[in-house]
Amino acid sequence: MELLKHFLFDTQIGFVIWTLLKIVAIAVPLILSVAYMTYAERKVIGYMQIRVGPNRVGPLGLLQPFADVLKLLLKEIIAPSAASKGLFFIAPILVLMPALAGWAVIPFFPGLVLADVNIGLLYVMAITSLGVYGVIIAGWASNSKYAFLGAMRAAAQMVSYELAMGFALIGVMMVSGSLNVTEIVNQQAHGAAGGSVFSWNWLPLLPLFVVYFISGLAETNRAPFDVTEGESEIVAGHMIEYSGMSFALFFLAEYMNMILISAMATVMFLGGWLSPFPSSVPFLGAPSFIWWFLKCALMLFFFLWARATFPRYRYDQLMRLGWKVFIPVTLVWIVVVGAWMQTPLSLWK
Amino acid sequence: MTSVVIFYIFAAVLLLASLATITAKNPVHAALYLMLSFFSGAMLWMLMKAEFLAVSLVLVYVGAVMVLFLFVVMMLDVNFEELRKGFWKHVPLAVIVAVIMVFEMVTILTHKAADLPNARMPEPAAGYNNARVLGNLIYTQYFLPFQLAAALLLVGMIAAIALTLRKRKNTKYINPADQIAVKRDDRVRIVKMNAEARPTVGEQPAVDEQQPNA
Repeated sequence: MELLKHFLFDTQIGFVIWTLLKIVAIAVPLILSVAYMTYAERKVIGYMQIRVGPNRVGPLGLLQPFADVLKLLLKEIIAPSAASKGLFFIAPILVLMPALAGWAVIPFFPGLVLADVNIGLLYVMAITSLGVYGVIIAGWASNSKYAFLGAMRAAAQMVSYELAMGFALIGVMMVSGSLNVTEIVNQQAHGAAGGSVFSWNWLPLLPLFVVYFISGLAETNRAPFDVTEGESEIVAGHMIEYSGMSFALFFLAEYMNMILISAMATVMFLGGWLSPFPSSVPFLGAPSFIWWFLKCALMLFFFLWARATFPRYRYDQLMRLGWKVFIPVTLVWIVVVGAWMQTPLSLWK
Repeated sequence: MTSVVIFYIFAAVLLLASLATITAKNPVHAALYLMLSFFSGAMLWMLMKAEFLAVSLVLVYVGAVMVLFLFVVMMLDVNFEELRKGFWKHVPLAVIVAVIMVFEMVTILTHKAADLPNARMPEPAAGYNNARVLGNLIYTQYFLPFQLAAALLLVGMIAAIALTLRKRKNTKYINPADQIAVKRDDRVRIVKMNAEARPTVGEQPAVDEQQPNA
């Protein structure tokens, strides 16, 4: 035991192995969450449309995600003869990599984070901005008109909404005075409202929170911003030529990004692991991972709710919303918050 | 020791990617190699503990500039073989430029004032925060130059938009404000008229003159 401890914590190889173990400890539950996210999506949308949803595989249909994975694994992977073969197979990996790498700086509880770095917020921004490459390359390497149109739409949309998202994060950064994600959560625990629900960033930064969440929908190409896939006009956009597991990787990345956006919203605006109850309440008042999980689940439910509710945006309306509504709103609110922080009424002293 | 190994790996990737950028036949491949070299450069900065600069490089160049670059390269139908034709004609000039650049770099790097063999990275103090230190410097000591640079970028952006924005007369775009402002009365006119009497039994309805196949 002592020897193992020494190996893991004091040698360089041990450090690498220990880090890899931590990565597995994040990635495996994440992939399971993705599996049950697809199940939840079908169930939630089913009930919203007065249907039952999947209920055949296993009790309550709970084994449905595994049946889907098995089906995708057994399907043949086809590459179009005119495709650029190398890039065609690199693209799904390039989509999945940033979706996984972003989780490195997400804290689940104080200290329970893979990399507690000073520039966590910037890191997430930088990593998520890489996801668009996979989509563009997939569209180009497929050598198909539909795929290419989808990739062009995705590139324009993701670059546009990234700006609004970045501005929303600047607001959070200003009131927190830090780029470290753990510190951002801790900062929400105190303030003028005394660490209750109302001192979390969602209330004073409400416009930024709303902009962040809607931009998150657009960044992940989810309904009502899913013109990238647009079944009725370009079939499935950049994914049209992919089959089997190479398609599943796109699918996996989309859901991982959704969970990542929800997790970011949880830690930045909803107080992460902080409890909504006053700390005098036994058990419920204590900060715990359960609160983190519930808040994240709530955000994910909003994703599904939006998909079941809104019709798809037309492309020009989508661009107008991003550039002419969201960016001005965030810019104004940053100035308002900046002025607010200088007055005696500041909540963040 | 490990950091030295990592440095050489990233440096090799950087050099190979840069070389591939200028030799790649396909412009899209060249743009992707350029992206890889930016990324490797960022990782080298990260190795020097300049994490803010490294992440900014990824965020700005890889995440935004190169995406638009790739976007344009994919849309353009440029025959790069055609562009390469004059390559050997321009080689002598390129060699002269390269030799002068190498000479300049070797001169300054081997000069006593640079003192490269004894150069060491300063050890950062405990609790050192790259982003905070940089922010403090930019907004205190270098406030005016920073604002000037920002104004310059703004002017550049406005100039680029002004030069390329052409107002087409025949676009059919819709003004959402107009769409929302529309009232029922703008679209539909309700006309009041007397109801027609139903034809009674036995009475033939008037034959329509334009009725087909009558």
